Amino acid sequence: MDWLFFTEVTLAGLGSGALLSLTALSFVLIYKATRVINLAVGEILMLGGYLFFAFVTAFGLATWLAIPLAIAGGALFGFVVERTLIRPMLGESSISVLMLTVGLGSVLIGATELIWNTDPRALPDFMGQTPVFIGEAYVSRKIAIGFVVSALVIALFLLLFRFWRGGVALRATATDQAAAYSCGINVPAVFSLAWMVACATAAGAGLLVGAIGGISPTMGVFGLSALVVVIIGGLDSVLGALIGGILIGLVEAWAGTFLGGEYKLVTTFSILIAALMIRPYGLFGTVEIERL
Amino acid sequence: MRIATAKETYIADEGLLVTATQRAWMGVLLAMLVLAPFMLNQYWLYLACLVAINVASATGLNILTGYTGLVSLGQAAFMAVGAYTVAFFEGQVGTPFLLNILAAGLVSALVGVLVGIPSLRVKGLYLAIATIAASVILHFVFTHWVSVTGGVRGINVAPARFFGLELASPFALYFVIVPITCLMVLGAANLFRTRIGRAFIAIRDRDISAEVLGIPLLRYKLMSFALSSFYAGVAGGMWAYFFRVVTPESFPFATSIFFLAAVIVGGLGTIIGSVLGAAFMTLVPELLKYVVDWLAPIFPNAGAALSPVRTIVFGALIILFLVFEPHGLAEMVRRARRFFHLWPFRT
Repeated sequence: MDWLFFTEVTLAGLGSGALLSLTALSFVLIYKATRVINLAVGEILMLGGYLFFAFVTAFGLATWLAIPLAIAGGALFGFVVERTLIRPMLGESSISVLMLTVGLGSVLIGATELIWNTDPRALPDFMGQTPVFIGEAYVSRKIAIGFVVSALVIALFLLLFRFWRGGVALRATATDQAAAYSCGINVPAVFSLAWMVACATAAGAGLLVGAIGGISPTMGVFGLSALVVVIIGGLDSVLGALIGGILIGLVEAWAGTFLGGEYKLVTTFSILIAALMIRPYGLFGTVEIERL
Repeated sequence: MRIATAKETYIADEGLLVTATQRAWMGVLLAMLVLAPFMLNQYWLYLACLVAINVASATGLNILTGYTGLVSLGQAAFMAVGAYTVAFFEGQVGTPFLLNILAAGLVSALVGVLVGIPSLRVKGLYLAIATIAASVILHFVFTHWVSVTGGVRGINVAPARFFGLELASPFALYFVIVPITCLMVLGAANLFRTRIGRAFIAIRDRDISAEVLGIPLLRYKLMSFALSSFYAGVAGGMWAYFFRVVTPESFPFATSIFFLAAVIVGGLGTIIGSVLGAAFMTLVPELLKYVVDWLAPIFPNAGAALSPVRTIVFGALIILFLVFEPHGLAEMVRRARRFFHLWPFRT
């Protein structure tokens, strides 16, 4: 066994794991606040990547301007979707809202194909090429940057949940909507905020994913991996998203390298089923006690 | 206005078709189904067969999702199991084709029971994801169990033979596919007049209450999974005879979403909903082709936009139905019926 190679694969796994965690965080944010699984997260990732691409190539904006604009575009999209589609569905069954987001994802894919056609494209390089060495192990610069950015953003989120008014309001809404309402928390505003922040996060993650692997209308598949992460970690657990993301990132990297690319999905989904059989609400998810 | 429909016995009240109007419409529908193959051209017969196959599968999914309340995103994988079973029996065993289709249903039902096992512990959205996991694993089996499934290249299926008659054209297959589908839809409609069907509905409404009322949850949930995947398997088997080649990519994950969308657009928990929904969702993309042909002189590259526009319309249909008509096409039919029942009074 070549330990250096193993370390390199592990580091790459950690890098993609961090990106998965970031995307999973977007799922968790929305689920915590509104009890909606947003299956369109993968497509919002794609939207972020394409927005950046459009700002840089079509409008000729500088990179430092295009990145915040793409993220703001994600936030705006989240706001519009929450206000026009999700809020009228309040009180409908969770299947209906899930399917609504599936439909939304389909519309996004179709619109992207219509505007930018189906060819995969590379994002303009904004990270540089020089490889990073940790000890002797080689890490692609993009993956290293992706890891650092994801870690910083996740740390920022944890601080915001703990100390910022909006973060506390979000946790309160997640715990008990009616009680939060009666304490003067503007619950609809919290819904709106959660969708905006989550979609902005997803768009940002899309920038990183697109910079590493290029953008194409099928890159929403990444959202499926992130979905596995949140189900294993527990739909309403930030900690679960972190640990699950790293776990799935590592497993995918190891399975992809040592067993072959086609084993990636089947390994992660087998782990998913095993995890669900042992803990039906994910490793760290809230166990819902049902009573008559 | 509907009058004089008073019923004197419980049997009459429980009937599938209770009024004379319903019987008349059903008669018209049957007559049209019988006459259709002699009136339609090849293309429309092809579509009719495709609709019938999708109706069978959507009805199965409606038993599971609409009536038992267990969301499944694995219907396409169950269809694939059926299609592979038919391909295997046709190619390597050589049993008669009706038996193969039955076997397809039974094998799928078995797989469905296996997939359904987590359903007692895992609920709601978590279960939906677990069925995605099952379909990913099944897809892996299809590509790697080369001796049975032919791997990535798939299997070619010989045309169905019936007393030496080769059923290869849509015209010939129509007489197999449509009657089987009609039987299955009838079976589903009758299922919900029996104890089992009522138990499914009780589980959907509140599974703990159902258990308190004496319904063994595990057995009935597995039964629902088995029935639903039996329908999917038979549909997949007919699909295999219809398209005559089965590969792992024949039933992508998008097909599962298609069936769930069809059931939702049609109406969850109604038999007529699964029929209308499957027909609607199958035919709309075809109608779009006509719209694009019609627009071609005005927009020169309309043809290239067909596939993305189909994707958009598919998504938009799901969204629009969920927001504006959550009970689906079945509710529209019910509203139309109510209008005529009460006419000249307003609803």
